[in-house]
Amino acid sequence: MIETVMTDLLCIGAGLAGERAAVEAARHGFKAICLSIVPARRSHSSAAQGGMQAALGNCVKGEGDSPDIHFEDTVKGSDWGCDQEVARMFAETAPVAIRQMAYWGVPWNRVVAGKSYYYKGGQKLEKEEKKEKEGLITARDFGGTAKWRACYCSDGTGHAVLYTLDSVAVQHGVEVHDRSEAIALIHDGENCIGAVVRCLKTGKLRVYLAKATLIASGGFGRIYRASTNAVINEGGGHIIALDTGVVPLGNMEAIQFHPTGIVPTDILVTEGCRGDGGTLLDVNEERFMHIYEPEKAELASRDVVSRRMTEHIRKGLGVKSPYGDHLWLDIRHLGEKHIKTKLREVYDICKSFLGIDPVHQLIPVRPTQHYCMGGVRTNKYGEAYGLKGLFSAGEAACWDLHGFNRLGGNSLSETVVAGMIVGKRIAGFLQGCEVNFNSRVIKDSVARQEERINNLISGSGKENVYKVRNAMQDILMDYVGIFRNGSDLQKAVHMLQEVYERARNIGLRSDGIGANPELSLALKMPGMVKLALCVAYGALERKESRGSHAREDYPARNDRDWWVRTLAYWEDGATLPTLKYEPATKVVEMPPGERGYGGGKIIPAEIKQGEIEE
Amino acid sequence: MVRMLNINIFRYNPENPDSKPHMQAYYLDETDNMTLFIALNRIREEQDPSLQFDFCCRAAICGACAMIINGRPGLACHTKTKDLPDQINLMPLPGFKMIGDLSVDTGTWFRSMNERIESWVHTDKEFDPEAEEERMDNALAEQVYELDRCIECGCCVAACATAQMREDFLGAVALNRIARFILDPRDKRTDKDYFEVIGTDQGIFGCMGLLACEDVCPKKLPLQDQLGYLRRKMGLSVVKKFFSWKK
Repeated sequence: MIETVMTDLLCIGAGLAGERAAVEAARHGFKAICLSIVPARRSHSSAAQGGMQAALGNCVKGEGDSPDIHFEDTVKGSDWGCDQEVARMFAETAPVAIRQMAYWGVPWNRVVAGKSYYYKGGQKLEKEEKKEKEGLITARDFGGTAKWRACYCSDGTGHAVLYTLDSVAVQHGVEVHDRSEAIALIHDGENCIGAVVRCLKTGKLRVYLAKATLIASGGFGRIYRASTNAVINEGGGHIIALDTGVVPLGNMEAIQFHPTGIVPTDILVTEGCRGDGGTLLDVNEERFMHIYEPEKAELASRDVVSRRMTEHIRKGLGVKSPYGDHLWLDIRHLGEKHIKTKLREVYDICKSFLGIDPVHQLIPVRPTQHYCMGGVRTNKYGEAYGLKGLFSAGEAACWDLHGFNRLGGNSLSETVVAGMIVGKRIAGFLQGCEVNFNSRVIKDSVARQEERINNLISGSGKENVYKVRNAMQDILMDYVGIFRNGSDLQKAVHMLQEVYERARNIGLRSDGIGANPELSLALKMPGMVKLALCVAYGALERKESRGSHAREDYPARNDRDWWVRTLAYWEDGATLPTLKYEPATKVVEMPPGERGYGGGKIIPAEIKQGEIEE
Repeated sequence: MVRMLNINIFRYNPENPDSKPHMQAYYLDETDNMTLFIALNRIREEQDPSLQFDFCCRAAICGACAMIINGRPGLACHTKTKDLPDQINLMPLPGFKMIGDLSVDTGTWFRSMNERIESWVHTDKEFDPEAEEERMDNALAEQVYELDRCIECGCCVAACATAQMREDFLGAVALNRIARFILDPRDKRTDKDYFEVIGTDQGIFGCMGLLACEDVCPKKLPLQDQLGYLRRKMGLSVVKKFFSWKK
C-alpha cells in the first residue's frame, strides 16, 4: 500500500517563497507541508548574496524613496513587460515584508551616522548619513534603480533571510519533507488535489493529498549549460504544471543573463560588486560601459550590461581564454577591508574557485544564464491558470513582477512578498474549502508514474540520459542566448524536437534501486526538453526585442503588436507547445516609455484612453 | 603533465539487499581547475550513473556537499584536486544517517537540532506592520551576522569526538547558534532559559575542547570562542543557581 499524507497546504519547494506562504497558512491555523529535494536550508534562496529591494528610504542615498519610485523602477526594468497591478502591490508590501523579517531576526545592516566613502564608476565619492536615521535598516546601490534600495546582510542576504524564515517555519510547526520530489500533480482537469512524490532517500513513491498546492520550486536555469543556478534548478515544478495540459507557463522566452558569472565555473559574483563601485574592464584593462551607457554605465540593468559586454567581446575586445572570451571585473580599488567584509563571499569565491585574490587581481567574468522571469502563470493573487487549488510563487511563478527583465534584488524581495500575499490568499481559499479526493484520479496518477519508472528501469529505451541533457543544454546555449535571431531559433526548435524524441527513449544504465540519481534525472528529462522548447519556440514567435529578449532581426520593442504575455500550453502527444497571448497588463498605471538606458527603437502602442487607469 | 587521479569512493546502497559497504576505485584524468564537484559528476556521467552524492549550490554557500576527503571533513565543491595527492579517498560524513554512498541525511539532524534549541527569536512583542523597525547598532548587526554565517554543512559534527560518542550531543553548530541569539537583543530569553537548553552534557559541558570543529569549519566561524564564552556564561549560571538561596 502506498503511503498517503494528508495536509491543507502542500508547498512544492521549501525556499523563501514556499516557506513564507507555508508560515502564513500555518499562522491561520492550517497544516502546511513543504516538499524539498534538498534540506530546506540548502535551497537556492540561500545563494542570493546582494540584497532585497524595499523602499524604506533610510539611508541618505535612498532619501525620498517610496513605493511609487520602486514601482516605476520595476515597470521600467521589466521593459513594460510586467503586470502593473502586481508591481504596485509588490512595491507597497516590500517594506512591510523586510521589517517583518527584521522582527523575526534577520541581522540587516543598519545606518551608521556620519561621513563615509563610496565608489561610483571607479570614482571615490563622499556621503554623510544622518544622525536621526542611525540604527534603521540601510540599503546599498544595485543596478537599474533610482535610489539605493537593496537592504542587505553583508553579502549573505539570502542565507540570513532563509535561515531566519526556516526557523520561523519550525516555530510554527510547518513540516518540511526534505529529499522528496513531486513528479506529477494529481488533478481531474479542474481541481488540483496534491501530488505524486518520489522519496529521494528510498526511491519509494508517496501520495500527498492537499486542499491547496503551491508550486514554489524556483527557476529552471539548468536547462542551459552555463548557469549561475544551483544544480537542483531543473524546473521540476514547471514540468509537472505543464504536464497537466491545462496549466500554461507564461513568458518562458524571458531568460536573464547575469553580467558577472565567473569563468570557467559560472558561479555568480554579486551585483553588489558593481553596486559598491566595481568596474568592468576589457582586454586592454580599460572601462567600456560608460561609452555605451554614459548615464548608468556599469549600473544599467542586467540585460543591458550583459548585451553590452557581449557586443564588446564581439568587437574583439574580450580576453582570450581556453574557456572562451571573457571580460574583467575590477574591485581592487574598493580596498581590502571592504572586500573582506562587505564582499566576503566574493572574496572567498575568488580564492576557492579561481585561486585569485580580488584585492590585488582582476576577476574573469562573462554573462551567464541567471534567472527565469517566466514560469507557472498565475493571476495577481498567485492562483495558477487552469486548475483550482493550484498556486505558484517565487521564481517558479510568472506572477508577473519582472516582465522581460528582473532588477537585481527584486527576486529576493519577491519571494518573501509573494509568499505573504499568496499565502494569505491560500489561507482564505482554505477557509472556505471543501475538496473531494477522488480515489480513481489518485489511483490513475500513481499508476502512470509507476509505469514510467518501470519503463525506465526495464523498458527498451536506449538513450543515455546525460547525453540527452548535454545536447539540450548546448542547443540552448548556442542558439537561444543573449542575442537571438529567427534562423538560429528555428534551428534550435528543430534540434530540440529531435532531442525530445530521444528524451522519450531513455534507458537506465544503473539498476534504478533506491534514491538512484540517474532515475531522478531520467524522470525529469522529457519535461526539461519541453521547457526548453517553450523557451525556444516562444522566442522564435516573439518578433520584437524586449528586456532580456533581444532579437537581432527585430531590434525594436514593438508595443503595437507585442505588448503581450506568451502563454505556453503542452497538449497531450504534442511535440511543440501551443502558444496563446494575453495583454501584458490589465491595468496601465504607467504607459510604455523609454527606460533611459539600453537604447533601441520603440514601436509605440496605440493606447485607448479607457484602458489607462490613473 | 596530466595526472591520473585514483579516486576511491565508499559505496553502499541500503535500499538494495545485495549491497555491501565497500570502497570502489575510479580513475580520471585531471583537468585545469578541477574540483571534486567536477570530478564526481564526471565519474557519475561517464562511469557509474548509480553513484550517490550531494551538491546543490556548488559554490560553498549551501553546505550540501560535505564529505570526508582524505580523512578530513570538508566541502567537496571548493576542494581543488590539485591540492590533493593523486590518490583521493572519499567517505560519507559520520554522525548522520546514511542514504547511500557519499550521501547522508543532514536535514533530519539539523531540523531536530533547531527544534531542540528553539532557534528562533523569542519575544512577546507583536509585529506592527505600520511601525518603523526597531533600531539596532550596525556593529551589533554585523556581529550577529558573523555567527549567522553557519551553513549547517555538518563538518563540525563529523569532526567532533563527543558527537561521535554520544548521539544526543548538540555540537558546535548548535552552541554557535545559541551564542547568536544571546547576542541578539530581539531575543528575550534569559541566561536561565539558555541554561535549560544547553547547560548539560548534551550541551556545553559535553564539549571536550579538542578544537576540531573550528579546524574544519569551511566558513571559518570562531566556534571555539563561542564554546569558551558559553561555558563561562553557563558555568556562572550554575554558581548563581547554587547561591540563589542567598538572594
